[in-house]
Amino acid sequence: MTRSSFMSRKELIGFLILAAVIFLLLPAMLDSFRLNLFGKYLTYAFVAVGLALCWGAGGILSLGQGVFFGLGGYCMAMFLKLEASTPENTAIQSTPGIPDFMDWNQLTELPVWWQPFYSLPLALLAVVAVPVLFAFIIGFAMFTRRVGGVYFAIITQAFAAILTILIIGQQGYTGGVNGITDLRTLLGWDIRTDEAKTTLYFVNGVLLFAVLLIAQYVRKSKLGRLLIAMRDQEDRVRFSGYNVANFKIFIFCLGAAFAGIGGAMFTLQVGFMSPTLVGIVPSIEMVIFCAVGGRLSILGAVYGALLVNWAKTSFSEAFPELWLLGLGGLFIAVVMFFPNGLAGLWSEKIEPRLMKRFQRPGTDTLKPVAERAPAE
Amino acid sequence: MFADYSWPELGAIFAMQGFAGLILFSVFVLMALGLAIIFGQMGVINMAHGEFMILGAYVTYLLSNFFADYVPALFSIYFFIAMFLAFIVSGALGLLVEWAMIRHLYKRPLDTLLATWGLSLILQQVYRSVFGAREVGVSIPDWMMGSLPLTDLVEIPINGIFVMVLAVCISLGIYYLMFRSNWGKQVRAINQNRVMAGAVGINTEWTDRLTFGIGCGVAGVAGSAFTMIGSTGPTAGQLYIVDTFLVVVFGGAASLLGTIASAFSISQAQSIMEFFLSGSMAKVLTLLVVVGILMIRPQGLFAMKLRK
Repeated sequence: MTRSSFMSRKELIGFLILAAVIFLLLPAMLDSFRLNLFGKYLTYAFVAVGLALCWGAGGILSLGQGVFFGLGGYCMAMFLKLEASTPENTAIQSTPGIPDFMDWNQLTELPVWWQPFYSLPLALLAVVAVPVLFAFIIGFAMFTRRVGGVYFAIITQAFAAILTILIIGQQGYTGGVNGITDLRTLLGWDIRTDEAKTTLYFVNGVLLFAVLLIAQYVRKSKLGRLLIAMRDQEDRVRFSGYNVANFKIFIFCLGAAFAGIGGAMFTLQVGFMSPTLVGIVPSIEMVIFCAVGGRLSILGAVYGALLVNWAKTSFSEAFPELWLLGLGGLFIAVVMFFPNGLAGLWSEKIEPRLMKRFQRPGTDTLKPVAERAPAE
Repeated sequence: MFADYSWPELGAIFAMQGFAGLILFSVFVLMALGLAIIFGQMGVINMAHGEFMILGAYVTYLLSNFFADYVPALFSIYFFIAMFLAFIVSGALGLLVEWAMIRHLYKRPLDTLLATWGLSLILQQVYRSVFGAREVGVSIPDWMMGSLPLTDLVEIPINGIFVMVLAVCISLGIYYLMFRSNWGKQVRAINQNRVMAGAVGINTEWTDRLTFGIGCGVAGVAGSAFTMIGSTGPTAGQLYIVDTFLVVVFGGAASLLGTIASAFSISQAQSIMEFFLSGSMAKVLTLLVVVGILMIRPQGLFAMKLRK
């Protein structure tokens, strides 16, 4: 794959602009508190990028991305919690050395499935592997039976509900409704200080670009073209001899892996993980990040996650009453009037004007297939 | 898990939990019927269904206050008027929503899902601003309180019986509408072949709107019935939406009988397990089993054979 087929000149500029925003503009403009907030928003962007691939390119709407976000986040949180629960730190408990919420719930030893999380490499592996495994099971069961569309959305939403109830119900093993809190250090490095949060912000940014490059690679590969073909005419792709289910499973698992990484980074950046980030409501909010940014555009998804969350924070600070109205209105407006989100607005309205002004003779203005609206 | 109980005790437990399950069943049926009409017949995902229900509940709440303050003489029968009014109000909002939003999105079912979710957020906030964030309860007429002792061990609450009777009546009513009335015939014709239905002179646009309105109206009645057994808050509708969708999908989307059968099995399984496990584990197990079965049999219990 040559450079030009991997990334057109226009896309390269888009990537560079996003890099400038994340690595230069935001750190220069914001104090460390706000930057930490944007670090949190960036972790949602991982999910949004995964959704842009699954939903925008593949046509698979998952309302359960919070499950994968949560699984990744919990894997990270379990490691951090074990590191924070040294026998010295927890000397006042009746059983020192186990996480505090286990002690409160009369557990006397660490459950077996917590044991692997003493090791950072295993925990990091689990951050990706657990969501992917879970996505594989769901995807394999559903896509090989050709379940898709709204049925898939409802089933994934049910999984979000199930996992939330399970986490809240099994308080002794999961920390219950409060989640896993009071996380302190990562291999001795204190993650609670302002400097650590700023460092984590940049780590987030770098990881996000890695994820974006993977997503871009997938989009430009044959696989990406097949996904779009499947979205528009699934039967024709099947009749051409492709196994549609396998591609769907792959892209769903990839989205889950991205979400898992995002969840783990969330835990590091914010310092806790709780079931409020797993359930139905956060899962569907993640979809709106992607929809606002433009479901067909991976860069748009990042902007969508940043903008919606920034609006949410500023609105709910100023007018807590209005935020739900605003979010609801945003859902309806995006769906009804801008189905391709900000990216669509850019490529349909703003860019043609810019192009007209700066048009050089002979420039090809044909849009790549992926940016056209899905034929429904 | 059965070893600690004697046989008569086990019998009583199953009877009591079975009855609690029947109440849950009635609740599921009431919620799911409206959704089964909208989702099953029109293929529209209405995530705001819970909020239409809550609207009915608030209408009942307002009316109960009104009757208690101004016409206490008729208080014992206010509930029937409230149900009727709940149907009208929720149905009217449904017609409005269909006209303003849904009809533009028929070809994009996933987008309907998102748009109606947005609608549900807006409605929740409106309820919160108008009625306050706290849950409200209605005062129940005297004749609906108390319980009937069946044996020494088994007692049955009267409001539960009332909700059950209501569920049966509404199911019969909807059955009649779907399979005996002109509207039902048109809805089923459109479901089978929209173009041909239009060609033989059915006003498909109006039938769609009416169908959506009736579905929402039934949701309103369900909400009204809820006030008899629980309190109402702005976000109460959201708690039920996943359950309701699973009930409808599990039953086979286009089949009313399937919806009722699946509501029955899910509610019974959940309430009987609830006695032996914790409530949350019972719910998790029930949902997992339902989702597991759906993965093996995606078309649900009672699939309609349709040529596509």
